[in-house]
Amino acid sequence: DQVLHIVPETFQQVQHLQLLCSTLKLDLWKPLLPEDIRAGDDLHVRVPAPLVQEVKDSLDQHTISYRVLIADVQKLVDQSMPRERSSPRHVSGGYVYTKYHPMDEIYQWMTQIQKNNSQLVTQHFLGKTFENRIMYYLQISQPSNKPKKIIWMDCGIHAREWISPAFCQWFVKEILQNYKTDPKISRFLQNLDLYVLPVLNIDGYIYSWEKDRLWRKSRSLYESGTCYGTDLNRNFNSSWGSVGVSFNCSSDVYCGPGPESEPETRAVAQFIKSKKSDILCYLTIHSYGQLILTPYGSTTKPPSNNEELMQVAKEAAAALKGKYGTSYRVGSTASILYSNSGSSRDWAHTIGIPLSYTFELRDTGTHGFVLPPDQIQPTCEETM
Amino acid sequence: RAMELPPSLFPAARAAAVALGYLRYRRGGPGRGLQLRELRSARRQDIDDVGHKYYLELELEDVLDKDRTVSCTAEVLYHLGSKSSAPDVQLTVQGELRSTEEADKEFYTRIRSLEKELVAENIPDSHGNVPPELEPILLLAWAASGYVIWQNSTENTKFHLAQVKHVKQVKRSDEDLQFDYVVLLHEMVSQEVLPWQVTLLWHPQRGARVSQCHQEPAPG
Repeated sequence: DQVLHIVPETFQQVQHLQLLCSTLKLDLWKPLLPEDIRAGDDLHVRVPAPLVQEVKDSLDQHTISYRVLIADVQKLVDQSMPRERSSPRHVSGGYVYTKYHPMDEIYQWMTQIQKNNSQLVTQHFLGKTFENRIMYYLQISQPSNKPKKIIWMDCGIHAREWISPAFCQWFVKEILQNYKTDPKISRFLQNLDLYVLPVLNIDGYIYSWEKDRLWRKSRSLYESGTCYGTDLNRNFNSSWGSVGVSFNCSSDVYCGPGPESEPETRAVAQFIKSKKSDILCYLTIHSYGQLILTPYGSTTKPPSNNEELMQVAKEAAAALKGKYGTSYRVGSTASILYSNSGSSRDWAHTIGIPLSYTFELRDTGTHGFVLPPDQIQPTCEETM
Repeated sequence: RAMELPPSLFPAARAAAVALGYLRYRRGGPGRGLQLRELRSARRQDIDDVGHKYYLELELEDVLDKDRTVSCTAEVLYHLGSKSSAPDVQLTVQGELRSTEEADKEFYTRIRSLEKELVAENIPDSHGNVPPELEPILLLAWAASGYVIWQNSTENTKFHLAQVKHVKQVKRSDEDLQFDYVVLLHEMVSQEVLPWQVTLLWHPQRGARVSQCHQEPAPG
């Protein structure tokens, strides 16, 4: 469709234009009605694409000069409007999974998810954060008379890793949307219960939305109110304080005054300890780096079931790569990344959970922590 | 004498980050943003009384030309007692990088003709978005931070640009464009985010040069 600018010079030209507009039912932008067309006044008219040539020929025939004001109306419309991503898969029950959500929306989402899927989902109290916010996890459990093993997944232990809570939400949505129709998921739920903690470090996450996008730690207060935050992933009781940490509160890897000193750490540790004989797999989701990390961080000595851990991780990386070609590296934290101690993943393994992994999601440094929202969907799909 | 290193392990990955920083500084510009697609292979040589030298094969891509990849070989030498000097980097790009002559000229003209000096902050924003007209400013920040990363890396660090906190154009009487950046560098081992002030000069023919840079003191 094009918009033409015409300035009729004579009364005859005005008449011809009035005829043209009424006969072809052209969309007059200026003036609005054919009867208001005047010689010497600007005329703007939108001509549908199939009629453009005919109209121009007619104007030429009557020696009416014109100028193309807008050469492609649709293009202009597309450019000036943000494209809505309202494809049903990413907007389930009105919630947009392809953008990042602040904590109050995630709390509301959890309530809704339980409400809309009450036969499968229950929301549970896990504990409270330093700033006294409630930590909830979601239990996805198909009613059955046989006891089931548990897979635990937590997201958002580090505040700035926004893609991580986004993934937990996506994961829950995918399971609930597809468990009736997808045979793999259906079989999964027959034998396993899923426990998902969408945001572990709630105080830190909120702080990264409101004050400092690149904040990492919790928001506990130290040194008479002058210093904030423990790195929750250095605070677990696994070789605590030995390597890859700082005892200085202002450091981003401050491990806290002691193992499990933080309420968030205690909430998770207590729960997992209480269920440990049933937990088959512990997953903790981070970003960035595109890595599947196995124990340990504090030593390069491999865990007892290293072969099994590596095999499962390699298969996971291959499946992930099959989706969009994204490469993930696989190996222990100590060999792939750096030395660290007090991580939740190492602790879970040392108390006896056999399959314990840290996922570092997209990307490898180009965007780092500020991964654009158009990568939420592919990241989550490939990680599923 | 040079031992083969698995490219997935951290020593090779850290050296690759240095090589990338160097490359972005030397060849980056408002129309070219190079990133690492894959580290193909790595070798390390321990040279007595000198330091550790890494030999790397890198596969790179230009974010503005993702259908192609470019191969490059790099040598990164970390000096002994590396606190004092920057690693030496030598780099060879196989084949041609896509020409940016037109994009550079357009950008140069656009910025020179601005009445008010350009000022911007938080690129990308918290959600990862970059307005299209600021993309070239971000790519120049890659060049600026590439210099800082190259100059300040050791075998115990791995830097990435986390975000451009602030950028201010400074009009000059000569032909260069000048941008004063505050960039936030994420250091992977300590997990710290470090603010650096970097002054970058750029000219379509002369390329990018850092005229000064220093780390901002940590807020009390």
